[in-house]
Amino acid sequence: MRHSIFNLVRQAFAGNQGWPRQWRSPAPKRAYDMIVVGAGGHGLATAYYLAAEHGLRNIAVLEKGWLGGGNTGRNTTIIRSNYLWEESQKLYEHAVQLWEDLSQTLNYNVMYSPRGVMMLAHTQHDVQSFQRHIHANRLGGIDNEWLTAEQAQAFCPILNIDPSLRYPVIGAALQRRGGTARHDAVAWGYARAADALGVDIIENCTVTGIDRDASGAVSGVQTSRGAIRAARVGVVAAGHSSVLMGMAGVRMPLESYPLQALVSEPVKPVMPCVVMSNTVHAYMSQSDKGELVIGAGTDAYTSYSQTGGLHIAMHTLDAICELFPVVRRMRMLRNWGGIVDVTPDRSPIIGKTPVPGLFVNCGWGTGGFKATPGSGHVFAHTLATGEPHPINAPFSLDRFRTGRLIDEAAAAAVAH
Amino acid sequence: MIVRQRSGTRLRFSFDGKDYTGVAGDTLASALLANGVHLMGRSFKYHRPRGVLGAGAEEPNALVDVAGPDGRSTPNLRATTVELYDGLRATSQNRYPSLRFDLGAVNGLLSPLLGAGFYYKTFMHPRAAWATLYEPLIRRAAGLGEAPRRPDPDHYAQRYAHCETLVVGAGPAGLLAALTAAQSGERVMVVDEQAVLGGSLLAERRATIAGQPAADWLAATLATLAAMPNVQLLPRTTAFGYYQQNLLGLVERVTDHLAAPDPALPRERLWQVRARDVVLATGAIERPLVFAGNDRPGVMLASAARTYCNRYGVAVGRRVVVFTADDSAYAAALDLQAAGVAVVAIVDLRPDPSGPGVVAARAAGLTVMPGTAVIATTGHWRVTGARLSSNTTLACDALLMGGGWTPSVHLFSQSRGTLRFDAARQIYLPGTPAQRQSSVGGANGVFDLASILAPLAVAGDIPAQGGFLGLVPGSRATGFVDYQNDVKAADILQATQEGFRSIEHVKRYTTTGMATDQGKTSNMNALAIAAAALDLPLPEVGLTSFRTPYTPVTFGSIAGAARGALFDPVRKTPIHPWAEAQGAAFEDVGQWKRAWYFQHIGESMHEAVKRECLTVRRAVGLFDASTLGKIEVVGPDAAEFLNRLYTNSWSKLAVGRCRYGLMLTEAGFVLDDGVVGRLAADRFHVTTTSGGAGRVLAHMEDYLQTEFTDLQVWLTSTTEQWAVIAVQGPRARDLLAPLVEGIDLAAMPHMSVREGRIAGVPTRLFQVSFTGELGYEVNVPAGHALAVWEALWAAGAPYDACAYGTEAMHVLRAEKGYIVVGQETDGTVTPEDLGLGWAVGKAKADFVGKRSLAMMDLQATDRPQLVGLLPAHLPQEGAQIVDRADPPIGSAALGHVTSAYDSATLGRPMALALLAGGRRRMGQTVHITTATGTMPATIVAPVFYDQEGARLDA
Amino acid sequence: MLLIPCPYCGPRPELEFRHAGEAHIARPANPDATAAGAWSEYLYVRSNPKGRHIERWRHASGCNRFFNCVRDTVTDVIEATYPAGEARR
Repeated sequence: MRHSIFNLVRQAFAGNQGWPRQWRSPAPKRAYDMIVVGAGGHGLATAYYLAAEHGLRNIAVLEKGWLGGGNTGRNTTIIRSNYLWEESQKLYEHAVQLWEDLSQTLNYNVMYSPRGVMMLAHTQHDVQSFQRHIHANRLGGIDNEWLTAEQAQAFCPILNIDPSLRYPVIGAALQRRGGTARHDAVAWGYARAADALGVDIIENCTVTGIDRDASGAVSGVQTSRGAIRAARVGVVAAGHSSVLMGMAGVRMPLESYPLQALVSEPVKPVMPCVVMSNTVHAYMSQSDKGELVIGAGTDAYTSYSQTGGLHIAMHTLDAICELFPVVRRMRMLRNWGGIVDVTPDRSPIIGKTPVPGLFVNCGWGTGGFKATPGSGHVFAHTLATGEPHPINAPFSLDRFRTGRLIDEAAAAAVAH
Repeated sequence: MIVRQRSGTRLRFSFDGKDYTGVAGDTLASALLANGVHLMGRSFKYHRPRGVLGAGAEEPNALVDVAGPDGRSTPNLRATTVELYDGLRATSQNRYPSLRFDLGAVNGLLSPLLGAGFYYKTFMHPRAAWATLYEPLIRRAAGLGEAPRRPDPDHYAQRYAHCETLVVGAGPAGLLAALTAAQSGERVMVVDEQAVLGGSLLAERRATIAGQPAADWLAATLATLAAMPNVQLLPRTTAFGYYQQNLLGLVERVTDHLAAPDPALPRERLWQVRARDVVLATGAIERPLVFAGNDRPGVMLASAARTYCNRYGVAVGRRVVVFTADDSAYAAALDLQAAGVAVVAIVDLRPDPSGPGVVAARAAGLTVMPGTAVIATTGHWRVTGARLSSNTTLACDALLMGGGWTPSVHLFSQSRGTLRFDAARQIYLPGTPAQRQSSVGGANGVFDLASILAPLAVAGDIPAQGGFLGLVPGSRATGFVDYQNDVKAADILQATQEGFRSIEHVKRYTTTGMATDQGKTSNMNALAIAAAALDLPLPEVGLTSFRTPYTPVTFGSIAGAARGALFDPVRKTPIHPWAEAQGAAFEDVGQWKRAWYFQHIGESMHEAVKRECLTVRRAVGLFDASTLGKIEVVGPDAAEFLNRLYTNSWSKLAVGRCRYGLMLTEAGFVLDDGVVGRLAADRFHVTTTSGGAGRVLAHMEDYLQTEFTDLQVWLTSTTEQWAVIAVQGPRARDLLAPLVEGIDLAAMPHMSVREGRIAGVPTRLFQVSFTGELGYEVNVPAGHALAVWEALWAAGAPYDACAYGTEAMHVLRAEKGYIVVGQETDGTVTPEDLGLGWAVGKAKADFVGKRSLAMMDLQATDRPQLVGLLPAHLPQEGAQIVDRADPPIGSAALGHVTSAYDSATLGRPMALALLAGGRRRMGQTVHITTATGTMPATIVAPVFYDQEGARLDA
Repeated sequence: MLLIPCPYCGPRPELEFRHAGEAHIARPANPDATAAGAWSEYLYVRSNPKGRHIERWRHASGCNRFFNCVRDTVTDVIEATYPAGEARR
């Protein structure tokens, strides 16, 4: 049943008892053409595009828990594409363009809301770095503009631009097409659309091994629900990528860290956009429900525990309360963590592995949500054709051997 | 209705602008109820009129905004936990224009349209309408209270503490545990979220403990604990988070309950307590029953009604119906009856209730209706009747629900203990703890006072027993599960029908349990309804995780004192006061404040920088370089250590000479640079960038301690010990000469270091230049730096010396082509890229980063290379470089401008840039992006001034 | 916040320490003779186990010494700490 106002009204008169299920709960078959491991946003998007654009129907997505239950449902939902390096720009801009039609494509309102992402500059070094981004983005056809402190405050009226701040706001870079989306809806929308195309989404199915044939190529996976054969396997497992790739004997340039976020109690609209500050480590937006959504940092150590220390939230709220002093009396409602897999250059790995038939999409670190549609789209191409899409070709595992890193983090580092 | 003499000071307060009176000890909720006010709020989605459900932290309905002086306002406070004080002003929320006449209530009429997840299914066309039309409407309708409009004038404190035993919850179980631990001499902390310690005993008027009324036992026990020096009692303190290794986060509310608090007091105090053992005595929370109309004002938890009656002397109605599946509600009925309230009937879902409460109720003449359900209610602003499954309606003005009790396992679960499901009692209980910790009393599923307080003799208690989960049989599914978020049983049924099979999905799709009460009263009913719909045993539907904090915690208390100047330490050089007095503008560099430029009256920044640059080139200037990182590297293997850490060779550096050193990461990229002087065969004075000092020392220590353990070297940070005054310009030597003792300045070559005295103070005097002019860096002990600076300043007067700031420093060094790490480099740049191949000791067997320089991509010929640019105008730093004047969108950049200045010396703009294969393109024209297009620029060598270096040692 | 037993100073709160990555990754004795793959492995590849893990910490606001720490990355329970340079535990 299509999602529409017509059906909403019709179902309302029927007491909302006629809605069909949004996806099936199939038992795993013994074999598929392709298996995607991990039913987060990226994995589900991969499956959807495999089905929708490459005509593959005999596909399974295996998920050890519930679909969308990992970082997809735990992040602060920021979307932007104003990255520095050309490779990154192309990847994230590809995603933004898909975001713009995603609700219509999936017939599921993912609430993509281009309310603007504003990154604050606090030092001369920030100014130089942001101007470099702005120039690079404009050349790449990506919107990103410089705002003075006063313009930044006009865009976000509760922003404190008092020059006596310890690190005063001296300007900002604004991407107006940046924004947020509803994270759960992204997973559910892709799941529903993929399921409708025949993709089997199999929840509560933990992959325990990756099988290889005599030639060394992938032949299937072992799971908590039995062995499943497939000649191509794509691992899209975020924080657990090292563990899964280890099952195929592939060691990864990854470390997994807890990343925390928190929300306030809901209040009436007070925050019209997304504001980020890398210098004082804070970012905040307001959800449609009214909660202030605040991203905290990663804990210092690798962990799979999905919980971190209170001091991380303390550090973040220090900065939030300075930048937005009217929120100091508001209250933290929920604080949680996800497990993010971080590469040495803070850019993802999307492509082939040394094992024939085994592909990986991982290393999104703290910024994967924004890329969900683009990531799934290019990874589907990679899985379907066996070769990377031009957009993900630079994000190979091999770059750590050649030294051709795509280091967004270093480019923002402070020195001098 | 007041049922008992309410002693205590009378307090005036207002709610929605209307004045009322309460008494000391009241909460806002109890005071409003005493005044007959039940309507306290509107629900989130349908704006339904709501009264209190509970009497404590679990309250989902009665959310208010409390205003104070000076713009203090706090939204979303639960009226049940707001302590009354004289002059308190509270207002209701989420209604327009008033609580009684709320236009948002129209949503209630549309509720069939607004079922679970409705917003995922519509608002999609036309595409742009979501962000421009639908979303703004939804955002305005959503939210609860209003965020404060003014910055918070209060302050917050933080404390750390340690103890042997931390007891969370000062009810009977907690107090007994505290007493036991305290009597063994341990340091004990007892925390409780309420203003008064005692927990359930505060509302206990039936039971006796050790032969005395419960209240007397409580008073005596509290007096005993209070008198023990090893016991700390913290009321108004919520344990909100349980972290690793028995670290708990507590928040103590210090002033919110005071009418006129001492301004010196913090509003709240955040405690971080590390305890050897933790006792969780967090009690249990009563559940509502889910049936149609279970949310009308006047429908509330039986335990809440009992608390209002016994503790606050307030009856929640004159004619009450009790609807229960649990014995403890009988205690409420009996207590209300004893207080003079008419108890119409006790409607019990159970076919054959038989506990002591039932016996006592029957003996007291109360009507017990077993095997009966309330399936609907009547009333609007207040419940007026309860319709029974037997098809009769009982008139009432309050309906009390006893759905059974849910142990408060929040903290246990946060501590990563595993929960176990007690299928017989349908409750989750603490299972295996993950830390040194125990759960006692209600939190552990022990509800009878006799067991909790054993071996003390307890009589007259009516313990909780029984309970019911899910939709009440016979009721329509319009009953509310999550009151605050307006989630009905029907929403949960719809979610399961749409294929949401785990409680995590059901929760997110329906938003049940996601309100500000985090599902304290709703989660178990939601689980049960979902489990029944899916025909699964309850545990198989899963359990949503218990996230911190237990109840919401003020941002301000978490941020604490880290605000204003205390947000982050400010580092100032010893010369800072002088610069400040001269009116210098400062820039933030890491934690340092550095003098940026010295503006004379009437000058613009540009003019000031121009003057400073020209003065240095023409005469001499003084520059405060004290922020430079300094590390003393000492030991027999010091030179070998530097050989391995820097690209350069150090073995042959003579004592008294200096060298520019370049340090790489192991990945082969430039990490830091700086001048290194050799003071003795075994002693080096290493300088680093200002921002890199800590990083470089950690990097050095890492290799010294863990890789190059064969070397005998000691590292000491001396950044704060040595202040540095750069004296640069053709008259530098003339300026210094009269002040220097023990050093033959004339005999000092460029790149040398001598020890002697200056202005009477010991110095390490470097002859080095970061401007291209003859230059010195005067290192003096920090305590003497200001005096030395002033002496140099005085000595410079005859030469018309200036003080210059970081901006002029940057211009001067750029004219000379000297790089700044972090500006010409960005973590992806190699020495060869910068034209610093000469500084790489290729003959050395090894140094950190050497092997990586041989990686394929680091050897590529199209890598960015440092060049100079002569642009038509001043470009922006960061501007991109392209081949064409009109690059099409999506053009690849050839590189970017790293530094750009309007050079007074050259009389024209100049820039440094990293440009792909740049050194092969000298003399060619490229184009630099501007805000509106591009500008042309000619590629030149990256040294614009004195290419021969003749002025360095002039 | 972890409570980390520094082998030199005793138990101290995590705030005093800096995490320094996986332990027992030896720098190749002769980097120039190390093949590209092996060098890349040394630089970038990490075991990142889910479970028992040995990592390095530096007691930055204390003795400033690096040491090794055996911690379970699921429970975050610290099994042991020992000085850098000692054999893997």
